[in-house]
Amino acid sequence: MCTMIAERLTVQGSGKGREGWFPLTQAYVSYDHPIYAPLDHALNLDFVNDASGLGARVAVELDAASAEQLARAILEVLEQAKSEHLTDGDL
Amino acid sequence: MPGWDEWYKETTRRYAHHGYATISPDLYCRAGHGAPDDVTAKIRAEGGVADDQVVADAEGCMAYLRSLPILNGKIGLMGTCSGGRYSYLTGCRSDGVDAVVDCWGGGVVMADDGLTPQRPVAPIDLTESLRAPLLGLFGEDDQSPTPDQVAQHEEALKQHGKHYEFHMYPNAGHGFFYYDRPAAYRAGPAVDGWEKIWDFFGRTLQSA
Repeated sequence: MCTMIAERLTVQGSGKGREGWFPLTQAYVSYDHPIYAPLDHALNLDFVNDASGLGARVAVELDAASAEQLARAILEVLEQAKSEHLTDGDL
Repeated sequence: MPGWDEWYKETTRRYAHHGYATISPDLYCRAGHGAPDDVTAKIRAEGGVADDQVVADAEGCMAYLRSLPILNGKIGLMGTCSGGRYSYLTGCRSDGVDAVVDCWGGGVVMADDGLTPQRPVAPIDLTESLRAPLLGLFGEDDQSPTPDQVAQHEEALKQHGKHYEFHMYPNAGHGFFYYDRPAAYRAGPAVDGWEKIWDFFGRTLQSA
C-alpha cells in the first residue's frame, strides 16, 4: 500500500458477503492499490461489520472515473428521493 | 498484493532456495487473522501501520536471525511497494543492516501535508542516516513512486554520498514482479530485476 488515502465512516445497512447477508457497521473508502482489479490504484469500497470478524466484508474496487460516476449517481438518486420519500430525519 | 500474501510467501521460499535464512514478517498481524485481502482492507482503512511499529518488528526479526547459528552475520532487507519504503526506513533507522533493496517503494518522498501520525517523517529526510548500500528497482510508468520522486530520492542519496544503484525500467509500472497480476507483471524487467537482486546481495552479504 502506498497512498494511505483513506476514510472510515459509520453506516447502517446490510451487505451480502461470502456467508450471506449481514448488518453493516462501517464503510472504508480508500484510493490505493486494489487486491483484484487490474489497476495500479483504485477507489476501494469496503463495507464491513467490525464485530463479526475480518471476513464480514463486501469489497468493491473501481477505477476513478467509475467511482466518480457512482458517487454522482448516489447523490442524484437521493436528491430525487428527497422530494417524495425522505424526511429530514432520514438524512 | 498487497499484504502478507501468496507472492510474498513464495518469494521468501525463493530466498531460502538461494541459501538465505529469511523471514517475511506479517506486519499486519495485530489487525487480526484471516484472508490476506480482508486483513489488508482493515489496515488500508486505518492509514497503514505505524512506521515505528514496522521498524521495531524488523529489528525483532533481525535479532532472531542473529541468534541462528547458520547466519554469517550479515543481514539484508528487501521489500516491495510499502515494503520497499519500510526496508529503506529501517535501513536508515536501525543498526546492523548490511544491504537494502527497495522495489518501487512509494511514499519515500512525501509532501508535508501527507505526513500522518503513523508516518510522521518522510524517509527521504532520513537519507543521511542510511547505513547500508541500496539497490532500487522502479518502473517508468509507476504513479507511486513517480520517476520524478525516484529522481528526488537519487539526488538525496548523491548529496549524502551514499552507495546506491537505481534501475528504472521502461514499459513497467508498479509491481512488475507480481506474476499473479497479469496487468502489472513484466517478464523481462522481472527477470532482470531478480538477477540484479542476487548480484547485489551476493556482493553485499557474502561472508568476510
